[in-house]
Amino acid sequence: MTIISMRNVSKFFGDFQALKDVSLDVAAGERVVVCGPSGSGKSTLIRCINRLEAHEAGEIVVDGTTLTDAPADLDKIRGTVGMVFQQFNLFPHLTVMENLCLGPRRVLGLTDAEARARAMSHLERVQIPDQADKFPRQLSGGQQQRVAIARSLCMEPRILLFDEPTSALDPEMIAEVLDVMTELASTGITMIVVTHEMGFARRVADRMVFMDNGEIVEIGAPEDVFTAPKSKRFATFIKQILNH
Amino acid sequence: MKRFLILASAFLLLSGCSNNWGWYVVDPTTNTGWVNLKFMASGAYYTIIMSLTAILISVVVGLLVALPGLSTKRGWRMFNRTYVEIVRAVPILVLILWVYYGLPALSGITLNVFWAGVLALALSDSAFQAEIFRAGIQSIARGQYEAAQSISLNYRDTMRYVILPQAIRRILPALGNQLVYMMKMSSLVSVIGLQELTRKANELVVSEYRPLEIYTVLVLEYLVLILIVSAGVRWLERRLKASDT
Repeated sequence: MTIISMRNVSKFFGDFQALKDVSLDVAAGERVVVCGPSGSGKSTLIRCINRLEAHEAGEIVVDGTTLTDAPADLDKIRGTVGMVFQQFNLFPHLTVMENLCLGPRRVLGLTDAEARARAMSHLERVQIPDQADKFPRQLSGGQQQRVAIARSLCMEPRILLFDEPTSALDPEMIAEVLDVMTELASTGITMIVVTHEMGFARRVADRMVFMDNGEIVEIGAPEDVFTAPKSKRFATFIKQILNH
Repeated sequence: MKRFLILASAFLLLSGCSNNWGWYVVDPTTNTGWVNLKFMASGAYYTIIMSLTAILISVVVGLLVALPGLSTKRGWRMFNRTYVEIVRAVPILVLILWVYYGLPALSGITLNVFWAGVLALALSDSAFQAEIFRAGIQSIARGQYEAAQSISLNYRDTMRYVILPQAIRRILPALGNQLVYMMKMSSLVSVIGLQELTRKANELVVSEYRPLEIYTVLVLEYLVLILIVSAGVRWLERRLKASDT
């Protein structure tokens, strides 16, 4: 079953075309890793899926809802799609627990006790239940990103988008975040991950998407695209990434 | 600098002993002096109540004017710009006179001196508050809005729980400045007859004819009030900072 369908999607920033006629279908439960050089449109692609960016041409259907500016549709989409950001974007004036409870209480209408119980179960899942009463800046980058993942999970999304979740982290903290993501991948949630972590892609991805200049240049199962890349650009890209 | 201040104040005190000064009008050891001092200090009630009421109103109005200024829609931004530019262009004294004498003729609503003063001060200050709020809210990173959107918070909850609590911490020093400014500007309401500090001093000058001494006491009254306000704002800032860590 297709949960995300993008048809001939284009997106402009002024004169710059960030997405050129992109089409992509993602099945429910599928794990897709998107990679590509910076400026290739990979972040824009996933930001269009929960409409942090509005596309100018083409059609995006998420879980049966066509993306438009209609507020009711937006609510539906954002309830279905969660997002984890490169810079974590935790709320710095709220404790970890308050960060996690805000959405469930205000949007889903949970009681305080229900929200806290749900938050705690997700903190346990990302292995930092003991940090619940701390403020984000008291945590390491890796811990902050795991809190951000838990915050998304508290909304019980069917689709989780990751926008370079480990790019802002020190090397020793990348593993702890990738471990949490790997564990998540085994639960059947649909994941689209923008990352350059090729080891993670090989282990977890059902499909790899390689983007360049706003286009999807290569798409396929990791074992196929890594061993026999069809395009020269992707071949060069993997060589650079693996040799750095 | 310090030495200069000591010398200057010593000079003032010594010259006060000469015949040109008449500290008796405000000498707390004499009966008249004490009554005069009490009369002057009683004006503090209106100065304080009026400034606080006006700042509360101007903060709320300022926020309500600031929010459309941040809209992506041109019409809303135009409303913000028009309000700020017009209100900022009117001198406070003129606004006080206009609200007290003009507004009743225009609308049939008659305000007493206190509420006329509050309205004029709040209106005038709200344009500055709007600019302070706008700058404070704009200083919050885009990622905070995106994170709020990604957990489906609506506009109101995003502002209330995510953006404003962070913005207010950043603009608190500026709000403190506005309160100090408001206390000083409240002296202008004396022209329509409100019995605040400046009006009381004026009335005493008319009966005692000792402007130098009485206005010196008036200066000290404002100084004390404003030092207290400054200390209060600093305490609040420290407390908010402490709760951050």
